Amino acid sequence: MTKVLDPTNEATPADIPRAARPETLDGLTVGLLDISKPRGDRFLDRIEERLVERGLRVERFRKPTFTKPAPVDLRHEIATKCDVVIEALAD
Amino acid sequence: MSLNELPTLPEGLVAVVKKDCPTCELIIPLLIGLEKETQLTVFTQDDPDFPAGIDDRQFDEELAFSWHHNIETVPTLLAVEEGKEVSRTVGWSRSNWESLTKIPGLGHDLPDQRPGCGSLSVDPSISPDLELRFGSSSITARRVEFAALEDTHEALFDRGWTDGLPVVPPSEARVAAMLKGTTRSPEEVVASIPPDLAPCTVEKVAINAVMAGCRPEYLPVVLAGVEAVCTQTFNMHGLLATTMPHAPVLIVNGPIAEQIGMNSGNNVLGQGNRANSTIGRAVQLVIRNVGGGRPGEVDRAAFGSPGKVGFCFAERENDSPWPPISTMYGFPAGTNTVLAFPGEAPRNLVDQLSRDPDSLARTYAANLISIQHPKLVLGFDAILAVAPDHSRVFRESGWSREQLAARINELTVRPGHELVRGAGNIPEGIPEGMKDSDLPKFRENGLHIVHCGGAAGLFSAIIGGWVNGEMGSDPVCVEITP
Repeated sequence: MTKVLDPTNEATPADIPRAARPETLDGLTVGLLDISKPRGDRFLDRIEERLVERGLRVERFRKPTFTKPAPVDLRHEIATKCDVVIEALAD
Repeated sequence: MSLNELPTLPEGLVAVVKKDCPTCELIIPLLIGLEKETQLTVFTQDDPDFPAGIDDRQFDEELAFSWHHNIETVPTLLAVEEGKEVSRTVGWSRSNWESLTKIPGLGHDLPDQRPGCGSLSVDPSISPDLELRFGSSSITARRVEFAALEDTHEALFDRGWTDGLPVVPPSEARVAAMLKGTTRSPEEVVASIPPDLAPCTVEKVAINAVMAGCRPEYLPVVLAGVEAVCTQTFNMHGLLATTMPHAPVLIVNGPIAEQIGMNSGNNVLGQGNRANSTIGRAVQLVIRNVGGGRPGEVDRAAFGSPGKVGFCFAERENDSPWPPISTMYGFPAGTNTVLAFPGEAPRNLVDQLSRDPDSLARTYAANLISIQHPKLVLGFDAILAVAPDHSRVFRESGWSREQLAARINELTVRPGHELVRGAGNIPEGIPEGMKDSDLPKFRENGLHIVHCGGAAGLFSAIIGGWVNGEMGSDPVCVEITP
């Protein structure tokens, strides 16, 4: 991971605006992100079954721990591989 | 122990060594003897097993000990009493080691003295990182993380932080090293940068200077350049927003130009010299990134010019027939200054046959008249860059800069009725009301005669200016401070 210093006046927030929501999931790749909370995987397993039944492509991801933001590399991998992502907050 | 704390000094004698140092190798038997006779601790920088035969050996793997105790040379021998260093000696010198240890006859089989080697903690490839780890970083800029799978250079382009050429990634270590180039505090505000009028600190200038490819010793020049262009007088906002192609042209005077390796000779306005190429670029990146001045947004130039990437050079002072151009702005010769001039791309001017000053002045006048439009006068300044093959003529005939400028301007004088709108079947021109005056091309002090260029070539060059005065921009010269 490379870390650099922001050369701008920092008037633009570091947060990136939300991506536009797709009209339909047809033809898209859905990422399922398990944040490592207990039983979140069971919820996502069921979601995966339902999505695969609809003919969608599914990619599974898992955060190392729910107590910290997803590592930047994981975020980048999800952004590279998926069009949308569903995150499980189950407990 | 925190990394930022001073590591404790062991009592007695402390030696700092590294294996990759012949002098350290040479004194091993001596150190073994000292360990038996006195209280000695040896810190080793590059190999935990060195020096063999020493029992109280500490591996300074992180170089924390060496960095905190300012070890610049190995071997270094310290005498410590009650936790405090009372004396030190570097390298091997029998007399110094004897006086520090108070033991006579040390190393009788060794030469009298041998210089040491550089400590790993001051190795230029390592010390910036140590500075970051052990020093107290005062850098406050937002940290931006790129993922391992992202290409850093592509990521920098994607964020819009470059001028279209690659930039050096502004890591904290590089910026910390850049900030060593000035004595000014990182949080000091240098200027408000147009168009957003964002306050810009020394630190933000340093970040952009890293990206531009500057070395730390260029930073004072970049800071002065930023200050000069961000004055009301220079009017950077207008210069950026104009549809005309102009941009800051920075001319450096004073000994600093040579000290930092700037080019004032062969290919002076071209590529190939790091200082010339990166100082002007750093100023432009500050305007882009801190000020938000980007082409197609506030920058409305119809053409622009290659100089908008950055345009900076030094005056050739050593064999100039004239005092530095900075003296026009009241600075004594020998002062380090940056002159910011709102200029366009340079163009060459050929006169290979004139050998007297008046005929050269005629050649200059004939060419200078055409700046922006032959019928537009007084509204645009110019730089006339005179190369040594031309300047020799003025030196030999004793023509001062003022005399040459006055003669050129005299030769450009034309009757107003030839210049007014419609004259010569050209609607462009000066207002009708000026038809009865005889008018020169330049206002007083509008012509900036600068000595530079390679030693061969009977040429001069012209850099036309942008609209001058209240409506536009006036050149600004500022002193470069450390």
